[in-house]
Amino acid sequence: MADGGAATLPRMDAPGGASLKRFARRRSTIAFLMTLPLIAVIGGLVVWPAGYAIHLATLNRRMTSFIGLGNFEILLESETFRMVIFQSVFFAITAVILKAAIGFWLAHMLHHIPANGQRKWRGMLLVPWVIPPALSTLGWWWMFEPTYSSINWILNIFAIPSVPWLGEPWWARISVIIVNVWYGAPFFMIMYLAALKSVPEQLYEAAAIDGATSWQRLRYVTLPMMRNIISITVLFSLIVTFANYDIVRVLTNGGPRDLTHVFASYAFQVGILAGNIPRGAAVSLFMFPILAIIAFFVLRGVNRRNKEEA
Amino acid sequence: MSATTAPAQQGIYHKAGSLRSERRWALWTAYLSLIVSAIIMLAPPVYMLLTSLKTSAEVADQSGSPWWVSNPTLENYWALLGNRMFIDFFLNSAKVTIAVVALTMVISVLAAFALGRMRFWGSQALATGVFLTYLVPDTLLFIPLYQIVGGLGLLDNAWGLVLVYPTLTVPFCTWIMIGYFASIPKELDEAALIDGANWMQMLWKIFIPVALPGIIAATIFAFTVSWAAFVYPTAFITTPSEMPMTIGVVSQLIRGDTFAWGQLMAGALLAALPPVVIYAFLMDYYIAGLTAGATKG
Amino acid sequence: MAQVSLRKVIKAYEGGVQAVKGIDLEIADHEFVVLVGPSGCGKSTTLRMIAGLEEISGGDIAIGGTVVNDIPPRDRDIAMVFQNYALYPHMSVYDNMAFGLTLRKFPKAEIDKRVTEAARILDITPLLERKPKALSGGQRQRVAMGRAIVRDPKVFLFDEPLSNLDAKLRVQMRTEIKKVHQTVKTTTIYVTHDQVEAMTLADRVVVMNHGVIEQVGPPQELYHHPATRFVAGFIGSPAMNFIPARIEEASGALNVVMNNGTTLAVPEERVARYRPYAGKQVLFGIRPEHLTDDKTMDKSNLAPLSLTPEVIEPMGMETLAHFRHEGTEITARLDPSTPAEVGKPLALIAHMNQMHIIDPTTDKVV
Ligand SMILES: Nc1ncnc2c1ncn2[C@@H]1O[C@H](COP(=O)(O)OP(=O)(O)OP(=O)(O)O)[C@@H](O)[C@H]1O
Ligand SMILES: [Mg+2]
Repeated sequence: MADGGAATLPRMDAPGGASLKRFARRRSTIAFLMTLPLIAVIGGLVVWPAGYAIHLATLNRRMTSFIGLGNFEILLESETFRMVIFQSVFFAITAVILKAAIGFWLAHMLHHIPANGQRKWRGMLLVPWVIPPALSTLGWWWMFEPTYSSINWILNIFAIPSVPWLGEPWWARISVIIVNVWYGAPFFMIMYLAALKSVPEQLYEAAAIDGATSWQRLRYVTLPMMRNIISITVLFSLIVTFANYDIVRVLTNGGPRDLTHVFASYAFQVGILAGNIPRGAAVSLFMFPILAIIAFFVLRGVNRRNKEEA
Repeated sequence: MSATTAPAQQGIYHKAGSLRSERRWALWTAYLSLIVSAIIMLAPPVYMLLTSLKTSAEVADQSGSPWWVSNPTLENYWALLGNRMFIDFFLNSAKVTIAVVALTMVISVLAAFALGRMRFWGSQALATGVFLTYLVPDTLLFIPLYQIVGGLGLLDNAWGLVLVYPTLTVPFCTWIMIGYFASIPKELDEAALIDGANWMQMLWKIFIPVALPGIIAATIFAFTVSWAAFVYPTAFITTPSEMPMTIGVVSQLIRGDTFAWGQLMAGALLAALPPVVIYAFLMDYYIAGLTAGATKG
Repeated sequence: MAQVSLRKVIKAYEGGVQAVKGIDLEIADHEFVVLVGPSGCGKSTTLRMIAGLEEISGGDIAIGGTVVNDIPPRDRDIAMVFQNYALYPHMSVYDNMAFGLTLRKFPKAEIDKRVTEAARILDITPLLERKPKALSGGQRQRVAMGRAIVRDPKVFLFDEPLSNLDAKLRVQMRTEIKKVHQTVKTTTIYVTHDQVEAMTLADRVVVMNHGVIEQVGPPQELYHHPATRFVAGFIGSPAMNFIPARIEEASGALNVVMNNGTTLAVPEERVARYRPYAGKQVLFGIRPEHLTDDKTMDKSNLAPLSLTPEVIEPMGMETLAHFRHEGTEITARLDPSTPAEVGKPLALIAHMNQMHIIDPTTDKVV
């Protein structure tokens, strides 16, 4: 076809001597430089502290000698800490189930009303999520206040006796759960609403034509389509709820008689307030295996979701 | 529904009627649920507002309804705004939040662009790592960070917070920015490449403007998270003059046994104001940022 | 000087897919070349290698006489129009077109002159201030072309630029592209899987299949003298019929004998060419338009045969009849006035001047 081979053609060198290969290599270098700050944050402020926490947890109180798993043993033997484990698990599971259920219900209700009204309702219902939880919990604390409780005042109208919200361990636990559900349910609602909106309308129409009742549509169309987002949201919320600090700190601060501590508040109490840094580190490290298991499932859910969408 | 044996025409009418009443029922249930839940969701902030408008005497007076203000007054707010310490809380929060937001957006936009668009050895693993760090809660890290920040001599210093807050904001912001950038068609950067853009021009002139809604959502997220952060300041700051809003209001406005409830609630509301205002004006971006984490990732 | 040459160009993707398997192609200055082929045959890959968007795994690509293998896209002096237009959504039409020039630091006045001129050529002057979102598909397509024109590059690259448009607009834009090329005369490489686009636009068509070039030539040549069975079947619509048959010699003349015994006489001038295949099994290729009941076209070398249609498709200006013959589908193009009926044998004429014989062992057209 052509006269002469490629050898006779002048090879053009890119300005600055950048060849396409070098161009690709330079791209990698630039990309790496651009991620360097991120790597610094993750490495320096997450990975390293996590490793450091493990190291700390193996020291004695004065941080002078290595005591192996001593801190963990002492913790597991203490009645208070066993209570903390129970309390954390109970709190996280109950609160997340309630949040998920209420969020799902609200999302459904919101999805049912005419579209032009949805924005307004959604805006109101999300308010609890927007206020910093430490501050809104202050409001709840005031509403639970034994002498002036405005909630008890309402209960009394309906001839229900006053409830010792924060004074009695079980009621205190319930109070913490109530506040957490109040704060977190709107988040579930928003997530589910987004998922509901992504289910194509035709699917419901097809199901309706196939003779599905509204319950069957929920069971066979909505839930399967939302399964992934439900599981991701639930797992994610489990982590956050499990590690919660703000609400317990403001509402009960572990009381009465250290019976409502969760991992985070107990770690704070032991590590920072009582000054036993290694023991405190050990307390928060107890969260790690549980969180890791949950994180594993979250990641699996996310990956599966990505594959479906790809 | 049971009219299958009835004559066809009657059956149709019957069904249409029942369908309409079924719809109406569903709508009533929906509105009822929404009204009840809206009352519950809004009751605490409303009650805080009511309390903040009362004098201490009115708060203490238990003869009337606590859900009613007979003599509304702004004196609690004026007292706070004239309180040097409270102003300091606000300035500290503003200082820390603005610095963290700026830092976060620079770090995460650069990283998201590199991870999502440039691809290099290990970029996939790093993207997964970003997501995993997002799942690490602050309550797992605050004790070692307490030691580290202490070692740097930044305990009791608002700038120490600027150092650690990125653990709260950067992973999520990077994660959602990767998602937003990924939704930009690949041809757009190829067109820019052919048009003669280098990587920085591509990021600055194409990606950032096109992904602006995502940038706004991420900025809002970083802002609200930094403003609301509680664990780190509680652990690291003990001097009132260095405290940000959240811990300042919770720890310093509660004094002795007789609480100034009105002032406490006024303080909490003022402290919550910036995120609420942002939410009120940028609700769609706020919600887009919330849902992006799960739907994009 | 903007000829493009590809020498033994190979592209192997990571993961082992060899998308382009050593192609040679010389494109002259001002030429309009269309790469056509079925989905996945490597057209886009070839184009993207010329653009510099994909690395070249082997061989050389030269633009304007210089090998550009190692040159990044921005220094190759090419412009590309994408299937989904790839307009910058946040910029006005004017800014979209000016972007490449701005980055190259052209003076403002020059940019303005070029954009105005391109907008005039493409008839989009009233749209200059709009954002891409506010444009119709055809208008976006024009803007994408405008963005290429203002750069005044050495080569235009088009990757299926019309496939997102509806049928009517596609025909209109096809003409538009041809007009633009006649105005600016820039060397153009155009990728499509639509053979009508290929035939109407190209100076030369390049038919690709499975990462290799099957044939290069002007549209008419590909139609009348396909080199391989693939090209014969790919170019032309409806596609050419391939009927299994034997070549038999009878007293010096050659016949094509179909499996049901139908015998069709080979034109005298082709006898020499086909003689080596006498007695062998071959594929008899004939286009539907040359298997017809229309006797007006070409009087010489007509061979009668009779087939029973299974499906009749009246199309208005013509009628298509589909037959099944020993397991192969055969299509004939009938005069619309022919009273054809399903199940009734139909008398047809094969225009043997237009016949092709394909050697089934090599799939080459003899
Ligand atoms: N990035 C990639 N990585 C791996 N394989 C790829 C990649 N891009 C394309 N391929 C493969 O290379 C082959 C050729 O792809 P190409 O996009 O060039 O086809 P095409 O002729 O343009 O097809 P279409 O008409 O569908 O656009 C295909 O088999 C495709 O699967
Ligand atoms: Mg293609």
